[in-house]
Amino acid sequence: MSGRWWPVFMRNLLVWRKLAIPSLVGNIAEPLMWLVAFGYGMGALVGEVSVGGDANTKVPYILFLASGSICMSAMNAASFEALYSAFSRMHVQKTWDGIMNAPVSLDNVVLAEMLWAAFKALFTVSAILCVMLALGISHSPKLLVAWPVLLGVGIMFSSIALIFNALAKGYDFFTYYFTLVLTPMMFLSGVFFPREQLPPVVRAISDWLPLTNAVELVRPLFMDQWPAHPWRHGVVLVVTTVVAFWAALALTRKRFRS
Amino acid sequence: MAPQSAGWAGGKHNAPMQQTLFEARHLFKRYGDNTVVDDLSFSIAPGECLGVIGPNGAGKTTTIRMCLGQTVPDSGEVHAFGLAMPRDELAIKAQLGVVTQFDTLDPDFTCTENLRVFGSYFGLRDTEVRARIPQLLEFAALASKQNAKPGELSGGMRRRLSLARALVNDPQLLLLDEPTTGLDPQARHLMWERLQRLLQQGKAILLTTHFMDEAERLCSRLLVLDHGKKIAEGRPRELIAQHLEPEVVEVYGQGALALAHDAEHAALRTLAARVEVSGETVFFYTRSAREVLAALTAATALGHLRTLHRPANLEDLFLKLTGRQIREDA
Repeated sequence: MSGRWWPVFMRNLLVWRKLAIPSLVGNIAEPLMWLVAFGYGMGALVGEVSVGGDANTKVPYILFLASGSICMSAMNAASFEALYSAFSRMHVQKTWDGIMNAPVSLDNVVLAEMLWAAFKALFTVSAILCVMLALGISHSPKLLVAWPVLLGVGIMFSSIALIFNALAKGYDFFTYYFTLVLTPMMFLSGVFFPREQLPPVVRAISDWLPLTNAVELVRPLFMDQWPAHPWRHGVVLVVTTVVAFWAALALTRKRFRS
Repeated sequence: MAPQSAGWAGGKHNAPMQQTLFEARHLFKRYGDNTVVDDLSFSIAPGECLGVIGPNGAGKTTTIRMCLGQTVPDSGEVHAFGLAMPRDELAIKAQLGVVTQFDTLDPDFTCTENLRVFGSYFGLRDTEVRARIPQLLEFAALASKQNAKPGELSGGMRRRLSLARALVNDPQLLLLDEPTTGLDPQARHLMWERLQRLLQQGKAILLTTHFMDEAERLCSRLLVLDHGKKIAEGRPRELIAQHLEPEVVEVYGQGALALAHDAEHAALRTLAARVEVSGETVFFYTRSAREVLAALTAATALGHLRTLHRPANLEDLFLKLTGRQIREDA
């Protein structure tokens, strides 16, 4: 791997710049609708939610939801880009083949796609954060720390998605990934309701889900607190990212070496 | 830069001694029991156009892929510019221009942007690439289409844009995989004219094609592949002279096949060195077409038979070497 990923990243940025406004609307409109409908609608019914099993730490439901759903938005944005869009470039348009006729290696193309999907996730997250600030959901100065953490979340989920990109024969395959992997994870990771509600067995599984660890890191920052176990969650995220990216590289190489 | 091994002619930097720009030695590639490329060796000298021809499934595309490091040969070596594949893959690609069988142009970019972005993959500076773009578009006859996207271009224009894109790094050697397949005659002629220009500028070309007129027109040397093996190599005219009689009389129309099979026409057939049948047409390969034509007129009521007298060409050679049967497995 070398600096040659940069022109590939720039290529994606140039294409996206042409479609940025419609893509921005698509990227942030849906998460905001969830937030407004659930946060204000359900929030009025739910009232306050206790965080981390601690009956004394209660937060408004909208804050609880906002801090979880921003992680979900990072996950979805990175996954969409590293699945549907990367697959289009790799398999349908053969853009990768063209690039690799120039002195750019496959590893650098994969690295560029991974960072690009993470960048798009960061962009989406930033736009949503701005709206959350404007709505006054949180004014915690620790959001500045949440921002790079969310970039890390984007990197992790784009790395995982690239594994499935390497294995895909067509777009249909990605439906399985979304419905069988990402959607269950969304419900088990404490985005919409406290994980304390889950049965103990399910909760034990939930402890190890990448999205859970992301939410556990980001949620306290929204509440102007520090995470209780930053190292534990951080290590889970980093190890997941490294293993996933390594696997994505190996599988993509296998796909291209025939 | 040291020579890679004995017999290797040397790299770009000792150019005056340079005999070989590109060399493939004893390439083998098997998929299961199927040997796709079987002990193939060839080389390309600076300024030369080497054509690789062969039926579908002969191993042309696999050979190109091995040259590009996209397919790893089971054994054999590829050297270019004094460098070795796959070790120096990126350094080799920096000096290559590639046009693949299927366009890989960026559909979201205009012609100009396609060239600019592709230049960036070579690490070229944007100012440098921008300065060359008008010249490249001019070469591709696309100056008036600089702001059009590939989807708005005709097939011929897209191929020429691919060619211009392959020239963005000013390569010494171009690898062209079926550059005119699917183009109409006008677009093909324009492509040929441009490729001739590149050869005149001293660039070397490795070209695969299905079109014998293309091979004859452009290539200084030909490699005929079949079942992954090299079955002939040489200059087009010399290959024809070596393998074929100089003249051909084609006879077609109702009753033509009788000329090839019926006993009453045995004398006619002895005038030809070789008689072949393909579909409804009989081919007489001969050194004296006049005698064959005279005998034909005498022997048959030529009224409903049509004849064509022409010199033997590359297509005859190709069909002689690779057979007239359609390859069902191809």
